[in-house]
Amino acid sequence: MNSQSIAWTLAAAQTLLFILAAPLLAGWVKRVKCHLQNRAAPAVWQPYRDLAKLIKKNLVLAENASWLFRAVPYIVFGATLLAAAAVPLIAVHLPTSAIADVIVLVGFFALARFFTALAALDIGTAFGGMGASREMTVAALAEPAMLMAVFTLAMTAHSTNLSVATETVLQAGLVLRPSFLFALLALLMVAVAECGRIPVDNPATHLELTMLHEAMILEYNGRHLALIEWAAQIKLMIYAVLIIDFFFPWGIASEFSASALSVGVLAVTAKLMLLAMLLVVWETVLAKMRLFRVPQFLGFAFLLALLGMLTNVVLETGG
Amino acid sequence: MRLDEFPTKFPKLPGAMPIWHGAVDAATFRSLCEQVGHGGGKLVALWGSDELARDAGYALHVSLITAIGMLCLTLPVNAERPSYPDLSDLFPGASRMQRAAFDLLGLFADGACDHRKWMRHASWPGSVHPLRKSFDGGSAFATETDGYPFVTVTGGGVHEIAVGPVHAGTIEPGHFRFSVIGERVLRLEERFGYTHKGIEKRFESMNLDEGAKLAGRISGDSTVAYAWAYAQAVESVTGATPSPRALALRAVLLELERIHNHLGDLGNLGNDVGLAFGFAQFWILKEDLLRLNHDLFGHRYLMDSVVPGGVARDLDGKGCQRILEALAHLQHEVGTLKDIYDEHAGAQDRFLSAGRVSPDRAALLGLTGLAGRASSQAWDLRAQFPCAPYDQLDVRMATHHKGDVAARVTMRFEEVQESIRLIRLLLDQLPPGEPCTAVGNAPENALGIGWVEGWRGEIMVALHTGKDNRIHRLHPHDPSWQNWPVLEHAIIDNIVPDFPLINKSFNLSYTGIDL
Repeated sequence: MNSQSIAWTLAAAQTLLFILAAPLLAGWVKRVKCHLQNRAAPAVWQPYRDLAKLIKKNLVLAENASWLFRAVPYIVFGATLLAAAAVPLIAVHLPTSAIADVIVLVGFFALARFFTALAALDIGTAFGGMGASREMTVAALAEPAMLMAVFTLAMTAHSTNLSVATETVLQAGLVLRPSFLFALLALLMVAVAECGRIPVDNPATHLELTMLHEAMILEYNGRHLALIEWAAQIKLMIYAVLIIDFFFPWGIASEFSASALSVGVLAVTAKLMLLAMLLVVWETVLAKMRLFRVPQFLGFAFLLALLGMLTNVVLETGG
Repeated sequence: MRLDEFPTKFPKLPGAMPIWHGAVDAATFRSLCEQVGHGGGKLVALWGSDELARDAGYALHVSLITAIGMLCLTLPVNAERPSYPDLSDLFPGASRMQRAAFDLLGLFADGACDHRKWMRHASWPGSVHPLRKSFDGGSAFATETDGYPFVTVTGGGVHEIAVGPVHAGTIEPGHFRFSVIGERVLRLEERFGYTHKGIEKRFESMNLDEGAKLAGRISGDSTVAYAWAYAQAVESVTGATPSPRALALRAVLLELERIHNHLGDLGNLGNDVGLAFGFAQFWILKEDLLRLNHDLFGHRYLMDSVVPGGVARDLDGKGCQRILEALAHLQHEVGTLKDIYDEHAGAQDRFLSAGRVSPDRAALLGLTGLAGRASSQAWDLRAQFPCAPYDQLDVRMATHHKGDVAARVTMRFEEVQESIRLIRLLLDQLPPGEPCTAVGNAPENALGIGWVEGWRGEIMVALHTGKDNRIHRLHPHDPSWQNWPVLEHAIIDNIVPDFPLINKSFNLSYTGIDL
């Protein structure tokens, strides 16, 4: 086997690991959250059981559902899968990272969201339209902030490729860059909004009138819902791994040896667990914002990202 | 208004509460209601009864609060053309009660502007009135399509959001029709009746003893209040007097019910703003209390604890001790949690100014109970018309004037602390005596009214007796009748995603009004 095919095999394995581990991360978040809130916690495997249950269930479709409604779960899952393939999880320089850079990654998410919103409108219920309009409002504010934060990092790396950017940070070692601090804060805030977490959205709510993401997918069930839920879990993991890759990449494998790869797996596991715990603390101490405060929240994220960019231009380049 | 200003002298009903009752003609009926309405009084309940068996047509009853107690009026209604003067111009809250009275008994409110059906959905035709004695409770009809003309709001960019009666969470069924522009609510219209169970009809097949159990199941979260109101009504018609010990224990039970409902609501209000921490903490406290209820009184929600004549289970010294210990812990925990809620910027940002009902509007619409007290409507039976044992306790009524979600949250915190104080006082001087005394038979054609300040507001049970100790007609009244229409006003100009929070801050009963 030549090195090219080893690399592709590894890339496929990494993507597979990514999508298989995503429910585990969700389970871990739920478990830690329960412990922190004095509640009895489900096993970390619970999301897998839920997905298995949903896949086995019979599908109930609204009478006026078009082909679009049936196709969207696969489009969403496909787009998220492609996004997951582009993000370095345990090793950099995998061939899949060359197929997409950060801008395409944001595009994948936008594609998934666009079709979710279409499907929500397709059924014609009030909640679908309401959820779609809210989600699009949030997205229109979150995407510029996200791009701005990522561009700050890209300026340092002189590339929008994730793998290259990660490697640049890795080689630079522990350097305190003010621009990175701003970008990190902005990206954390955007991640919270994009993944529908508190204080922007509440993934655990049962109140249909307050929902953002959940309102759009209220009519989905069975395997369709399983795919959408799974895609949401992968999305959360993508954002977590992105933050790790950009700001704390130490431990990720830059060569394809067994030892480097196992260190990579261990490092990313530990970092994801820590990051999830931070998310849980954040979600426990904060309350959900009034919907009309979300623009301010994301405006602040954008401002931070912009500050990061300015800091980069003023302090870090041209030296 | 003073009662001696009334043109007619009414006899006072025997029993614990200051209630006067009299039969009047249509003109006096309307003018007395006007006097009460203009004098700052309120409508408590409106219900009808079928008196054809006594050859007296139908009857319409209203109970009103005046400065010195309740005035209950009975208006005979012609059997051929059953109608009575409309009261909804004096008391806006009367509208739905009148519509329900038409659906159930065919009594028509002359001059009312809203004659749409209220209780009736598709399961019986409009010409049938289930509460008439000629109606057989077992009859079934072919289901028709349920057409209901909602008020439509027109204009550029206005659209409707229809929510319920099936919701995403496990809650009671109710339909909410929002007319909105973007996220801003222009109008909300409610539609209920989905849990109509025929409770009132069922009562009429029971005797006074059997009725006690059903009365405690009208609205599960207010079972003590309903059971006590029913017991008061029975004791009024039979002349039974519960022992001071029984009355003290009833008050302990009622305050325990108030505490566990408020704890649950405070948790749910936290949950609705995404503060799952608050939800978990309050529900732990509530669960501890429910388990204590179960240990001491045999039922987590205290069902069947209050019976006509007294209480079903006595409390020994050890039981008192356990309650006092639980309260000490509770007081400390609730105090800490209040600090956390008060200082939580995110939660306060959601609570403050959301779902505001100004004192003026509350007075106009007759907002009552806990929600009323949060909007300066200072009515609390325990403080104003205290029956034993409250007459010994000097209940401190909590009131606020802002009328927003934050005020209703604060009300709950203050009422929990007050209830803890009251239970301590009650247990401290628990009088000796029998927990339950025997109740005799009731005379025929008597009226007994029970009136109790439940956690949601004042609960009334009106009992008309029949032959052989049977129930001729029973009308249980929940404060939700008055408060649901006010919720439609509270949400105006708020945004759609704030509705669940505002709704929860009122936490009104569906089953209590669907009956």
